[in-house]
Amino acid sequence: MFRYLKIGVWSLSGIFDLDLGRYALCSMLLAQGGFMNRKIRVLIAKPGLDGHDRGAKVIARALRDAGMEVIYTGIRQTPEQIANAAIQEGVDIVGLSSLSGAHMSLFPKVVQILKEKGAEDIIVFGGGIIPVDDIPLLKQAGIREIFQPGTSTEDIIQYIQENVKTTGISKSEA
Amino acid sequence: MSKNLQEELNRWEKTTLQKVISKSPERQPSFQTTSHIEMKRLYTPLDLQEMDYCEDLGFPGEPPFTRGVQPTMYRGRLWTMRQYAGFATAEETNKRYKFLLQQGQTGLSVAFDLPTQIGYDSDHPLADGEVGKVGVAIDTLKDMEILFDGIPLDKVSTSMTINSTAAILLAMYIAVAEKQGVKSNVLQGTIQNDILKEYAARGTYIFPPLESMRIVTDIFAFCKDHVQRWNTISISGYHMREAGCTAVQEVAFTLSDGIAYVEAAIRAGLDVDSFASRLAFFFCCHNNFIEEVAKFRAARRLWSKIMKERFKAKKDESCMLRFHTQTAGCSLTAQQPDNNVVRVAFQALAAVLGGTQSLHTNSRDEAYALPTEDSVRIALRTQQIIAYESGVADMIDPLGGSYAVETLTNEIEKKALEYIEKIEAMGGAIKAIESGYIQGEIAESAYQYQKEIETKKRIIVGLNQFQVEEQPLRDILKINPEIERYQKEKLARVKKERDNIKVKQCLAVLKKAAQGTENLVPPILEAVKTYATLGEISDTLREVFGEYREQ
Repeated sequence: MFRYLKIGVWSLSGIFDLDLGRYALCSMLLAQGGFMNRKIRVLIAKPGLDGHDRGAKVIARALRDAGMEVIYTGIRQTPEQIANAAIQEGVDIVGLSSLSGAHMSLFPKVVQILKEKGAEDIIVFGGGIIPVDDIPLLKQAGIREIFQPGTSTEDIIQYIQENVKTTGISKSEA
Repeated sequence: MSKNLQEELNRWEKTTLQKVISKSPERQPSFQTTSHIEMKRLYTPLDLQEMDYCEDLGFPGEPPFTRGVQPTMYRGRLWTMRQYAGFATAEETNKRYKFLLQQGQTGLSVAFDLPTQIGYDSDHPLADGEVGKVGVAIDTLKDMEILFDGIPLDKVSTSMTINSTAAILLAMYIAVAEKQGVKSNVLQGTIQNDILKEYAARGTYIFPPLESMRIVTDIFAFCKDHVQRWNTISISGYHMREAGCTAVQEVAFTLSDGIAYVEAAIRAGLDVDSFASRLAFFFCCHNNFIEEVAKFRAARRLWSKIMKERFKAKKDESCMLRFHTQTAGCSLTAQQPDNNVVRVAFQALAAVLGGTQSLHTNSRDEAYALPTEDSVRIALRTQQIIAYESGVADMIDPLGGSYAVETLTNEIEKKALEYIEKIEAMGGAIKAIESGYIQGEIAESAYQYQKEIETKKRIIVGLNQFQVEEQPLRDILKINPEIERYQKEKLARVKKERDNIKVKQCLAVLKKAAQGTENLVPPILEAVKTYATLGEISDTLREVFGEYREQ
């Protein structure tokens, strides 16, 4: 069974949790109010066996503070679990973090599974300890951006804001 | 005298100091350590009026060990220079060990890959992409025989960073020694075996906390009778610090975990003096030089008091906090990586001035990958320069008595104790971890640290100040992806050649032991000798104990 940590909440009310039913209800309420611009939804995920999640947690919190809704998967997720969570949660973008060197096997699998499930519109980016020579290969495999050590959270926020279009209701809610 | 001093200090502040400050204010309105301890401009004997030398500092080798755990410290024997190493296969890592020993390293420290740390064989689907990446892959005793080939286990001491599968790797080490004709009671080394911090920060747990604690105390009990010179646990603040906590939190969380282990062992029927001298500790050494030196001294004094007052330990050795130090991996920058050599040197110096028993110095290229041989050599040379050229190893606790160091030592001890009491009020470290309290504190500190860097409240040279245009480092250690296939083939060969009936019998005996209460180490030792795999042994225990899931 997929398990995840609920980090992001609707800052408008604080009472809405991130499970799908309540999210849909909340969206409806907001839509009725004529408030069509919804928040960017992000899944931060830790594929593989790597337990180093300082960076993942810092980024999840920075994105939340920047007004996004963030779900953090917790550690030790398989690519299947991550892709399923991304679809179930209707996220716009997925951030993968790996420091164990397993990125070449794991990152492309997430993109591939999303594609197989018809969710190729979900953007996938990554970060961690990724040798520069691996970056072009990961980009070829469909990972849109790789952030290196020393990247500021501001840069990642800006990247997401520029690359995710949030007007209207996302596909998974339609 | 102290009254005069107070008057003199007041006078100085009002006259000499005031004259300067009114014209040019200080660089910052206040100065704080990473633990948010306010640093005063100047420390004087007035800050130490309460200090009782004999009570609070004492002498090296005697409680409360503030000045060091050995009577001669580095004048007798230098700290053990122990570089954490392991990658790819046992064959490759064995070569690196021989290189390190030839370069003057004095102890081994084994890094295992993640599947080995989490109890999966190299052919397990979850091991995909992880085999040999962050350490050496060990599936069976065969790999362990290759890893230590040509290395006399009665001569070297070996530290193994292994936790949830510690009993299996220790058993394999004992079995290899036996094949070399070395008895277990002469083996020297350490297994990390600190499962609590895995739930709090590092993440290589398998079983739920209670079952994990049983394995930990089974190891204590087994080693007390059979591997007497072995450090049965290395209670680690390192990973919590790397995950973002402060120096004070590092001391507090580590010693709280220590309390939980001592309590568990006593509950399991062990006499405190029968195992406490084999407990070892592992700390990080970060950038704030004086705070780090003070941290080590404070931790030693606090642990000594805890063991004596709370657990009524009778032997002095039971109260000694002996520790390994690793410089702070998270302080390394990918930008201008050669600067890391300097950072590591300062951190290593602080660890030595703090009285460490062994030391790993990180390599300049570790923000990119596992280190190359050249980078490791510089890291090791850094320790050797401190040891042989700097002179700091020639006297004991040379910073002892410094008004600033002693005051910070007192403050860190006090603040850490407050945290420990808070954790005790929650029901102890296990409860505090289960409720997510410790993880939350670590994450909060990590986030604040990041914010300080991004707002330039904290300057990291080359990262947010003094940057240059540069290309990322390309000359790094690469793990050949072919090794995964090689490792799987080796595993398949071992499985084919071993006596599979014997393996099954041993695993059945282990399962029965796990269902009951007998010590798990002897049946694990029998199992590894039949070349039962690490995954098979772990799966046997998973069937009985279940698996822990992050809450």
